[in-house]
Amino acid sequence: MTTDAPARPARTAPTPGGARTRPGWWNRFDLHGSPYLFIAPFFVLFAAFGLFPLGYTAWVSLRSWDLTGDAGFVGFANYSRLFGDPDFWNAVVNTLGLLVLATVPQLLLALIVAALLNRPLRALLVFRLGVLAPIVTSVAAVAIVFGQLYGRDTGLVNGALGLIGISPIDWQAGKLSSWVAVSSMVNWRWTGYNALIYLAAMQAISRDLYEAAQIDGAGPIRQFRNITVPLIRPALIFTVVMSVIGGMQLFTEPLLFGQGDVSGGSLRQFQTIAMYMFEQSFQNFDYGYGSAVAWMIFLLTVVVGVVNLLISRRLRGGAQ
Amino acid sequence: MKQRNTLVYLTLLVSLVLSIFPLYWLFVVATRSNDVIGQFPPPLAPGGNLGDNIQRLFGPEAEEAHFARGLLNSAIASICVTVSVVFFSSLAGFAFAKLRFRGRNALLISVLATMMVPVQMGIVPLYMVMVKLGWQNHLQAIIVPFLVSAFGVFLMRQYAERAVPDELIEAARLDGCSTFGLFVRVVSPALRPGAAVLGLFTFMGTWNEFLWPLAVMEADNPTVQFSLSQLATQYYTDYTLMFTGTLIATVPLLLVFILFGRQLISGIMDGAVRS
Repeated sequence: MTTDAPARPARTAPTPGGARTRPGWWNRFDLHGSPYLFIAPFFVLFAAFGLFPLGYTAWVSLRSWDLTGDAGFVGFANYSRLFGDPDFWNAVVNTLGLLVLATVPQLLLALIVAALLNRPLRALLVFRLGVLAPIVTSVAAVAIVFGQLYGRDTGLVNGALGLIGISPIDWQAGKLSSWVAVSSMVNWRWTGYNALIYLAAMQAISRDLYEAAQIDGAGPIRQFRNITVPLIRPALIFTVVMSVIGGMQLFTEPLLFGQGDVSGGSLRQFQTIAMYMFEQSFQNFDYGYGSAVAWMIFLLTVVVGVVNLLISRRLRGGAQ
Repeated sequence: MKQRNTLVYLTLLVSLVLSIFPLYWLFVVATRSNDVIGQFPPPLAPGGNLGDNIQRLFGPEAEEAHFARGLLNSAIASICVTVSVVFFSSLAGFAFAKLRFRGRNALLISVLATMMVPVQMGIVPLYMVMVKLGWQNHLQAIIVPFLVSAFGVFLMRQYAERAVPDELIEAARLDGCSTFGLFVRVVSPALRPGAAVLGLFTFMGTWNEFLWPLAVMEADNPTVQFSLSQLATQYYTDYTLMFTGTLIATVPLLLVFILFGRQLISGIMDGAVRS
């Protein structure tokens, strides 16, 4: 592609500003065609492995599949079956419950940590690196370590609770306890990351605003509520949206928390929708039903996202 | 004021300890034997068993986990995906930021739209595509579908917009530089810091990917995370074995993090300001 071959005779008069050694058609192509060549790899590969599967999911979800393969067109039967399927709704409830438990504390904590980091401190880099460290651990690693920490008989969490007189909890057994355990993994992994995003937004706020507020007699808490939070709203929305998308696809943490059991505990107490999709597709080989579940994940993500946006818009309306 | 500062440091210290402790605990258990499990208060000093544990992990005892194979597969896949994503994203990002062509805005918007779609949703049909191609349980199944990334294109476009001055491009064109020559000689050097951050994120993401390898690979040809889940399900009573595997799977990323942590932080913070 590099075309600085020196000894090629010019076939056309040198265009002003153009290369002397290349023919005109080449120059025209280089200027107008090459941008498409530059972006083509992305679009070709994305169409093949991103877009096509997505459309194909819709088609597959309208067909029936079993162990022997494609068993024909069934229309919306998979979807109507979904609405009467208690296991599916159980997974929806679990996913939403986990979403709340994993998102709310995470973002609140991140906000606090960011506010604290946004001051002249000693060893700032150490603190920043420290809170970000969890992000490099894989989900599988987190699930393994936390699975041990939450062990019924040998876990450190129960050991610590024992110190304050609480008898050992079988974290996997109950709905709420398993949700707490699973969501704590998510919270641990992502709090520092979100804190850095908030911190960046906070650092973009002009100091003058705080000084003016101080002169008006506003204390640090009021400054935080009335200046910091409204001004970092774009960052807040960004993190909420990302957490929702991540939360709706929660899979690995609950899977490994239950020793790799895709049904999420004996009573499906922590089976998420993504796990249910996996169970239907890759254990029961019901690709059609699994694809219908996949589309429901997408729809639910959109719904939850829109609800979130409405709430945050309302919050702004209330603050002004 | 003094008191308040103490409180700030104390709170930060607590969050620091909470962030680090699980990682430290991982290290402690991996260097000891199974006796430590269930001890309370737990031992907090590392022991001397790490070598033995590593030998067990790669020995016949844990052969079901195929850990060495998993490490190799993940290393190959992560390197291929990272190189490819960084290259194609820089190319497309540069084109979107600095070249004029018809349909540019519409195409850019379509890139942004694809960022919103959860990729995991397509794993069932993607799996069926793999079956058609005969790629199940082959390494290319975890590489080829991820050679490009909409996020990467977006990130590099944002970076190129600021990092490459238009005058530089004009000057190179006047000197007779072709567009690709421009990319190689003028644009790439300017994009390097942005590309480094994208590379870090991509490497971490591929190394840590779990759901897709679990779907498309088999236990005898796993990725490192798949192999960890095998350890966690087949040997779930043997905590030191699990923890040693987890430690080894985490160490490469921790090293990268310690070496490039500063850039990673500024990458995340830059992205946040821009979004």
